[in-house]
Amino acid sequence: MKARVFVTLKGGVLDPQGKAIHHALDSLGFSGVSDVRQGKLIELELDDAVSDADLDAMCRKLLANTVIENYRIEREAGP
Amino acid sequence: MKTAVIVFPGSNCDRDLAVALREVAGEAPAMVWHRESELPEGVGLIGLPGGFSYGDYLRSGAIGARSPIMRAVAEAAERGVAVLGVCNGFQILTETGLLPGALLRNAGTDFVCRDVDLTVASSQTIFTSRFDAGEPITLSVAHHDGNYFADDETLDRLEGEGRVAFRYEGNVNGSARGIAGIVNESGNVLGLMPHPERMIEPAHGGTDGRRLFEGLVEALG
Repeated sequence: MKARVFVTLKGGVLDPQGKAIHHALDSLGFSGVSDVRQGKLIELELDDAVSDADLDAMCRKLLANTVIENYRIEREAGP
Repeated sequence: MKTAVIVFPGSNCDRDLAVALREVAGEAPAMVWHRESELPEGVGLIGLPGGFSYGDYLRSGAIGARSPIMRAVAEAAERGVAVLGVCNGFQILTETGLLPGALLRNAGTDFVCRDVDLTVASSQTIFTSRFDAGEPITLSVAHHDGNYFADDETLDRLEGEGRVAFRYEGNVNGSARGIAGIVNESGNVLGLMPHPERMIEPAHGGTDGRRLFEGLVEALG
């Protein structure tokens, strides 16, 4: 079973990397982009025994720093 | 006094910190590998060095903070043992929760590597007793993720409790309220982005860093 964890900066936390990406998009002539925020995608291959609570604990204890980041978990059935 | 320096894979200021501690404390520190689970007996000061532990993977300091030795460091800090985290050491201390807040990518996105002017915000800590409050000092910085962030309530509390030890003069990396270093609630844990161990001898360009170690060794007796 696969899970995907999306880690994003909380609103109000400055994202200089997002700003640099935004600036580069502007430089390439792309218009209509009002803001860019950069985050992380972490893919996990899991045994079926791993519970949602386990996965949540992994996010809180390591994968995200909840002082500055939010996380969202997506679980999908394996092949 | 017995001291220890924790060494992580990717630490690169561990030997500088060891030299500073040896010079000032009069005894070479124990170098403790991150996979150890216990500190040497009788250690009164633990140094977490600068560098790029685990290549800054995931977040700066995030993996190092979950090393086996950090459980022992947290327990020692709880007992009142002094802990000094410099640069990556500061990032590790925030990642373990021993200090509040987080260190974000520098606001200008640049790696900042130069001497910076600082103000000693409080002389009432064991780390700053050799300084006067409001005194200007100079230390080196070398970091990419030194932009201190905490919510307003935490920042107000840090300031209200006199826990801001050092502030930048001018904007170095976008840190909230110019914060360069803070202590924990009990005052025995300091994290700072500038490198006091790089200003130990006149040949380094200054000795303001040495005063931090001298005051600390004196305070710890």
